[in-house]
Amino acid sequence: MTVQDVYLLSPEISLVGLALLVMAMDLFVKRKAVLFLMAVVGLALPVALSVMLWMDVQAEPGGRLVGVYGALTVDKFALFFKFLVLGSAALLLAASLDYAKRLTRLQGEFVGLILLSATGMTLLAAATELISIYVSLELTALPLIAMCAFLGSSRSGEAGLKFLILSGLSSALLLYGMTLVYGFTGSTYLTEIGEAMKNPLDPSVPFGGLVILVGVVLMVAGFGFKISSVPFQMWVPDVYQGAPTPVVAFLSVASKAAGFAVLLRVFYVAFPSLEMDWALLFAVLAAISMTFGNLVAMVQTNVKRLLGYSSIAHAGYLMVGLAAVASRIPNGGETSALGSLLFYLGAYTVTNLAAFFAIIGIANKIGGHKIDDFAGMAKRSPLLAAGLTVALVSLIGIPPTGLFIGKIFLFSAAVESDLAWLAVVGVVNSVVSAYYYLKVARLMYMAEPASDEETPASSISLRLALIVSALAVVAVGVAPRILTWATDAAASPLLP
Amino acid sequence: MDLEKFLILSAVLFCIGIYGVLARRNAITVFMSLELMFTAVTLAAVAMSRYVASRQVLANPGDASEAVLQTLLTGQVFALFIIVVAAAEIALGLGIVIAFYRSRETVDISQANLMSR
Repeated sequence: MTVQDVYLLSPEISLVGLALLVMAMDLFVKRKAVLFLMAVVGLALPVALSVMLWMDVQAEPGGRLVGVYGALTVDKFALFFKFLVLGSAALLLAASLDYAKRLTRLQGEFVGLILLSATGMTLLAAATELISIYVSLELTALPLIAMCAFLGSSRSGEAGLKFLILSGLSSALLLYGMTLVYGFTGSTYLTEIGEAMKNPLDPSVPFGGLVILVGVVLMVAGFGFKISSVPFQMWVPDVYQGAPTPVVAFLSVASKAAGFAVLLRVFYVAFPSLEMDWALLFAVLAAISMTFGNLVAMVQTNVKRLLGYSSIAHAGYLMVGLAAVASRIPNGGETSALGSLLFYLGAYTVTNLAAFFAIIGIANKIGGHKIDDFAGMAKRSPLLAAGLTVALVSLIGIPPTGLFIGKIFLFSAAVESDLAWLAVVGVVNSVVSAYYYLKVARLMYMAEPASDEETPASSISLRLALIVSALAVVAVGVAPRILTWATDAAASPLLP
Repeated sequence: MDLEKFLILSAVLFCIGIYGVLARRNAITVFMSLELMFTAVTLAAVAMSRYVASRQVLANPGDASEAVLQTLLTGQVFALFIIVVAAAEIALGLGIVIAFYRSRETVDISQANLMSR
């Protein structure tokens, strides 16, 4: 390890330090709200270090800084995801203050594990070596699995158990794929794998190209679990329903973003020359994910389960971008498709955070997640209802919200990549999804409240986090420039 | 010994593991099957390491530069990392099984069906 390596890892090192500090302070501090405040303020340090890294990367001629024996590549792509993860962690910690009272003894651990999981995600976006990718993936997943079971209720335990078994299964598949790819290319570095893939296969190698194909497919399966796309989506509804809401919020935005980051990097750097119709594979999976998620979401009665299926559908929309990127890699020009995918991810992150923050607040009032109980929420709590409505309108893709612009970018990227049929499927799906999103909004505004009893108001930090994320949704929709300059910068330097 | 035999053995172990995870009801047995899958991967990694190393040495005879030496150990380091992380995963798993058992008084995962449709 050189000083340069420590500098490149400094955001992660400071995050781990913060997590340990919070868990140590937990032993002495009586008022647990202090821990949340400490974590949110402390997150400024990794953010500041990432800004410094951004400046340095900008000054670098190649647009990238490589360290830790080539296992870590810090470029604007990685830094974009670092900012996304750190920002959602900060907002999330501010918003989960209300919810955390239910975790009683585990509040300090909750903050610490969120920070550790965020560390894994930031590393995942920068890792360019298979072993590092695997370890960061597990660092992302294991704290989230533990937090799923935090409530101690039977549903929470069930969510944890299901998540653990399926996550273990997916990491085993991923690892097997990685081992096969390593064995037949002779390296665990993505760049070297990419080089080895370009050469024709040595005929003396046992099983030859078949094993590489199996390895790549197994790796796709492992990553598919992380981004909750069909056919690896079966854990999503149950985990979303049973796990604590803040954990679900983090899982649905940051974990998904990190999954897309690593998937994009692996495919860009290691397998661009593999002869296989990736665009078609991703396009078909995208179409199935969208349609499945949206159709099943219609009949849900639990709002967290509804958002679970909505998240499967959005994994489908995001994979439209993946298909567009994949179809353009052979003839260049993929950076614009990549930029639209990153834009959609950014807009989806703030939108979903706003939705989950509003749901945390509303569930505190009505004591559950049944959609029918949301009736008349606009009268009982105008702010929460308005925040949730903004998020739902954005999830449908109606202007002037972030995901409207995101969908325009994504679908036009698909059309430009000769995937017009996929764009049509996406638009039809967006229209279909309006039914179940608007059903919730209509209940909140048109129906009479189920009860008029006074309920405790949401904390200031939750309201603040909700206002910030809802304003971000609208701001990105009105002035997309504020996000496109970052996504354009992040999309360019991926290829060496 | 040929690489093929190791790969076939690891594939067979892996498939037995998948079968166990998908078909067994007892959570502990499911974790044992998961462990079997990780063991299969570890076996493949070590076998690959030996294979990659011999290819490297044959391709660069007499070359003892750091780049060549590094590739000799990659697969074994991979195996060590798999063992460590799999152990962490199983430790967490047993904790969750205990939490599940406390609330439901069973470790039968077919009883994990509380979520509404």
